[in-house]
Amino acid sequence: MSALESLPMAKALNAGLRKAMQDDPKVILMGEDIGPLGGVFRVTEGLQADFGENRVMDTPLAESGIVGTAIGLAMRGYRPVCEIQFDGFVFPAFDQITSQLAKLTNRHEGGISMPVVIRIPYGGHIGAVEHHQESPEAYFAHTPGLRVVSPSTPHDAYWMIQDAISSDDPVIFLEPKSRYWPKGEVDFAVRGRTLHSTAVARVGTEVTLLGHGAMVAVLLQAADLAAEEGTSVEVLDLRSLSPIDYGPILESVRKTGRLVIAQEAPGAVSVGSEIAATVAERAFYSLESPVLRVSGFDTPFPPAKLETIYLPDADRVLEAVDRALAY
Amino acid sequence: MSYTEATLQLLSPAGALVESDATAEYLPIVEKLSDDELREFHRVMALTRAFDVEGTNLQRQGQIGIWVPSLGQEAAQVGSGFAMRPQDHIFPSYREHAVGIIRGIDVIDIVRLFRGLTHGGWTPSEHGNFHIYTMVLGSQTLHATGYAMGITLDGKAGTGHPETDEAVITYFGDGSTSQGDVNEALVFAASYQTPELFFLQNNQWAISVPVSKQSRTPLYLRAGGFGIPSVQVDGNDVLISYAASRKYLEEARAGGGPRFIEALTYRMGAHTSSDDPTKYRTDAETAHWAALDPISRFETYLRSRGEGDDFFAEVRTEAADFAEDIRRRTLELGVPPVGAMFDNVYSEPHPLIEEEKQWLAQYEAAYASPEASE
Repeated sequence: MSALESLPMAKALNAGLRKAMQDDPKVILMGEDIGPLGGVFRVTEGLQADFGENRVMDTPLAESGIVGTAIGLAMRGYRPVCEIQFDGFVFPAFDQITSQLAKLTNRHEGGISMPVVIRIPYGGHIGAVEHHQESPEAYFAHTPGLRVVSPSTPHDAYWMIQDAISSDDPVIFLEPKSRYWPKGEVDFAVRGRTLHSTAVARVGTEVTLLGHGAMVAVLLQAADLAAEEGTSVEVLDLRSLSPIDYGPILESVRKTGRLVIAQEAPGAVSVGSEIAATVAERAFYSLESPVLRVSGFDTPFPPAKLETIYLPDADRVLEAVDRALAY
Repeated sequence: MSYTEATLQLLSPAGALVESDATAEYLPIVEKLSDDELREFHRVMALTRAFDVEGTNLQRQGQIGIWVPSLGQEAAQVGSGFAMRPQDHIFPSYREHAVGIIRGIDVIDIVRLFRGLTHGGWTPSEHGNFHIYTMVLGSQTLHATGYAMGITLDGKAGTGHPETDEAVITYFGDGSTSQGDVNEALVFAASYQTPELFFLQNNQWAISVPVSKQSRTPLYLRAGGFGIPSVQVDGNDVLISYAASRKYLEEARAGGGPRFIEALTYRMGAHTSSDDPTKYRTDAETAHWAALDPISRFETYLRSRGEGDDFFAEVRTEAADFAEDIRRRTLELGVPPVGAMFDNVYSEPHPLIEEEKQWLAQYEAAYASPEASE
């Protein structure tokens, strides 16, 4: 019996949620349309049928209400997993997430934990209308008290969702929606990395590329193209945006001397900005060139027909690689 | 917005028991109260007022950063507070000092909060399930609703055993009723039929904005739009506050779903010590409400039942001692250790926080000892 299976991230998440619910009766799912419909991306498909309406709750259409009541349920001893339907719809819940969820353990001086997971399908590449393609990670990574993670592969999605649920802290779980459907191998027997660790997705020697979520696939594609031109590129999958596991990043930069960070989010005051500053502080003498960022532009996410221009692609990443190598 | 024909009242402003058809079902609830229990109502109202006066004095003397008085709202809080059972959970806003006293918190913890020593102050599970204060208006109503959803999931309401079945009460004010969170809490409570009492203290003013700016309808009528039974009571009448809360909490506890009470009262003091109510309300209005004072009204009632001077003198002495004790202990409060800022940001270890805590410790040590900085 093999523990390996090839399946898309949406199904891997479904399997991870199912496993977490089987392992702990206090795990409950809450969200809009997650019951009979299985969520607009079908991530919770079949779970209400198997676990019942008390554990897979179709909520009223009110995001602040979802997160606010999840907080109360966590106080009661439950481990709620909230689904926010799309990235742009998280903002009605922003106050409950940043002013309440993130701070309640601190406000109680450690007297209570807040084991709440907020799942957010995020990012572009799906040609949708406004508010459906955004990358809001910086807001949450900037907020003390929250943990922020984002898987890039079905295997990581399966394990990271379970790790996020078993964490006693609130976790913002960003699901790259453009990666919901490509298949990848999931090892159901071997966990692999811990939740908050940076992974080496491809080994190389001349330039380090760093990204998370859907951007990792773009970076791997860029690395392939660079290899054709004879450039050896290392690709890191950030996985955890708060806390950031700097060990593998610094190790890679000390080897290559060059770092290009790619992200779909606007570049100003972004997670990439933070990493660039920290690498400059801690690996200054290893750098052969400035740390470069390839980001979404500092505009609202554009109408869908322009998204391929807005979103960093392999060509824009390679342009930055060339600039880094030119120093 | 003063009393209307719909406002339920058991005790007139003159302190006489009022009998009417509207309150016929509430009177028996009050008649079950013993003399000791009625004396306790008075005692806690008096202690709370003494606490408020002392808190205001301490703020004026620079010993507390800001004070949030409950002055004038004692009856609404004491009536509802005593209507709860030990197993119930309370989600207050930030002005429910009397309820906290009833549930056994040490009021010095409220002082610690407003003196800038903590964001919380007490552990709810060890203090009568009285949750810590919430400063963002209305946020706590959603936490209360979620908690009550958990009670339902646990099968701890509606079993027919009121001695063990649980319920939740959440406090909020007239200003909070305009917040989205309060409205979402009412939606969720109705959807999941939570064992929960929404207790609105309408103290007429949201800092400087009168309730007439918040609502074109009496606030208790809004609950009907959510499918939640509601009633409006005279919040300066401790007896109807108790009876209505008791009735509604028991109905919610029995599985009847959420309930809503609007208690009409008045914020006799400022919103906080930073406020100046003379800029926006009239002496005539304050005088009108002063004549409806909850404590003197109840004292008149107790005297009419035969309570003598001795009891009231005893309570006055206890309240004075209580205030003196708060003053003494406030002046003795220290400052939390600097490192505490980093503790409990997370439940599990977090490298960035640990790094910053260590850095600060080294930085401070360097300045504490000249040798270390060389």
